[in-house]
Amino acid sequence: MITLYVPRDSAARSVGADDVTATLAEHLPDAQIIRPGSRGMLWLEPLVEVERDGVRHGYGPVADSDVAGLISALVDGADHPLSLGPIDDVDWMRRQQRLTFARVGVIDPLDPDSFVAHGGLDGLRAAIALSDQEILDAVRDSGLRGRGGAGFPAGRKWQTVADTPSDQRYVCVNADEGDSGTFADRMLMEGDPFTLLTGMAITGLAVDASHGYIYIRSEYPAAIEVMRQAIVIAVECGWLGPDVLGSGRPFTVDIRVGAGSYVCGEETAMLESLEGKRGMVRAKPPLPAITGLFGKPTVINNVLTTASVPFILAHGAAAYAAFGRDRSTGTCVYQLAGNVARGGIFETGFGLSARELIEDLGGGTRSGRPIRAVQIGGPLGAYLPVGKLDIAMDYESLAAGGAMLGHGGLVVFDDTVDMAEQARFAMEFCAEESCGKCTPCRIGSIRGVEVIDRIRHGVDSKGNTQVLIELCEVMRDGSLCAMGGLTPMPVLSALEHFPTDFQPQEQR
Amino acid sequence: MTWNEQAAQAVIAPLVTEPGPVLICLQAIQEHFGYVPRESITLIARETNVSRADVYGVLTYYSDLRTDPIDRRTIQICVAEACQSVGARELWNESEHQLTDAHIEKVFCLGNCALGPAAMIGNDLIGRANIERLRAAL
Repeated sequence: MITLYVPRDSAARSVGADDVTATLAEHLPDAQIIRPGSRGMLWLEPLVEVERDGVRHGYGPVADSDVAGLISALVDGADHPLSLGPIDDVDWMRRQQRLTFARVGVIDPLDPDSFVAHGGLDGLRAAIALSDQEILDAVRDSGLRGRGGAGFPAGRKWQTVADTPSDQRYVCVNADEGDSGTFADRMLMEGDPFTLLTGMAITGLAVDASHGYIYIRSEYPAAIEVMRQAIVIAVECGWLGPDVLGSGRPFTVDIRVGAGSYVCGEETAMLESLEGKRGMVRAKPPLPAITGLFGKPTVINNVLTTASVPFILAHGAAAYAAFGRDRSTGTCVYQLAGNVARGGIFETGFGLSARELIEDLGGGTRSGRPIRAVQIGGPLGAYLPVGKLDIAMDYESLAAGGAMLGHGGLVVFDDTVDMAEQARFAMEFCAEESCGKCTPCRIGSIRGVEVIDRIRHGVDSKGNTQVLIELCEVMRDGSLCAMGGLTPMPVLSALEHFPTDFQPQEQR
Repeated sequence: MTWNEQAAQAVIAPLVTEPGPVLICLQAIQEHFGYVPRESITLIARETNVSRADVYGVLTYYSDLRTDPIDRRTIQICVAEACQSVGARELWNESEHQLTDAHIEKVFCLGNCALGPAAMIGNDLIGRANIERLRAAL
């Protein structure tokens, strides 16, 4: 019997993977068709794989109309123009160090046996054998930092939660991945949900929490569905529930779905939303680690942070810390997006340059025009000009270069982009999504749109540019959270690197 | 679907004992009726023991929740940066003019940023969207 793999990831399905699967089933009624997550080479989707002598060979991108002509290649290994060869030998795959994404695209995400066979359960098993403090020490020693954007050391956060006396503690996973240009959380949830759930269970053991929530944005219906099914299966397998893997300790997980608010990706706004309230940011202190969900000590981690934990427990803190560089230890799941020829997920040790990612791996722009700007780290991240792309993609190097890593996304723009329009959009987005708690964010963003319009129309451009810079300072220094505090980053970086775009059309 | 208090009560009954139940009750009501009828504010306030003002506050905060039914098919078009870089602004303008039978909603990111412009109809994500693909999907 022939075994085929066609991704069930929603990105693959958005370009026809379901149709391809149906047509393959018509032509090869005896074939077993497995639907894993995506390998992350999104320009090759729908990517069809066939297993021959234990090796998976790839073909892509396969349109529905290609299927009939592809059958003999799949069955007999005949040559075909869409053939990519053994999938693990494809340059993009060969050059990665996949720790968090090791099983994404490989296994059926809802098959617990495959998960175990591919080492998925090793982390939780190892954690069961350790004391709570030994788990905390392992996470601390790994140097793991928060992948949501802030880069806070996970071990220190967990220790604070564990050390705060309480009858109840919580583990919350932030899957409100609202940054444009990022989709790694979604792909992990759709492609390997058990890794996230076992990561949460390990967190629960370490800080002595018996319950966890995953807050998933409503724009990710497929991820919500996979996670819901995965929780039921994990309980059946005894990985979650009243007696986690025979440890005698309980850990359960619930899913809460967002309702279209970007700022709920901010951890305190997320807590408010989990409590069923308006997603308004809370002042810190008190830290959520001490006074979090329902006032109880709460670990809040991003999906990728939590999903990195099983590897650390399975292979040891030193093995994880051996990846990356300096204080950015481990691997980063980079996401190449926007106007890029080869977009997708690329996981490797921290430190790759933006240029390597975009030009070498990404192949430049999709439009074929020259690259003009790249936005790193989501809508609140800086726009860098093409001349500054040699910067290393780690926490410290980017901060030193006036940018930030954020959630690891890069959005490429070609030379048709109007950077004053992008700066205006940053303010417009802030006005749309501000929770309204702080004045600089709520009102400053609206004033920001107006001032940028005046500058672009040549109304006292010099004076108004100064007003814009001062407004950005007020927003940066006077906002409670990153929404108002970091909106100046795309605005000021656009102004600094692309000043001519802010001149009226006739003066350029 | 028109308001039916008994049906609404049945929808939220299993949720009111959850911690922090207001938002999940509103989401369940919308799932059932297609929108959140005004009458549900009083019901949820009573059943979850919070003020009507609190329920109203939550209802009006979240852009997913709507207080009026939509009688046309809804299409969400991403207008965030990654999709802007491959023509989302143009697609948005074209759609507004040409897909007049549909209810068109702006969204900021559908997580399909390497295959933009992205759109969503129901739970179906559409990649490399253009006006023809959207029309065919509707």
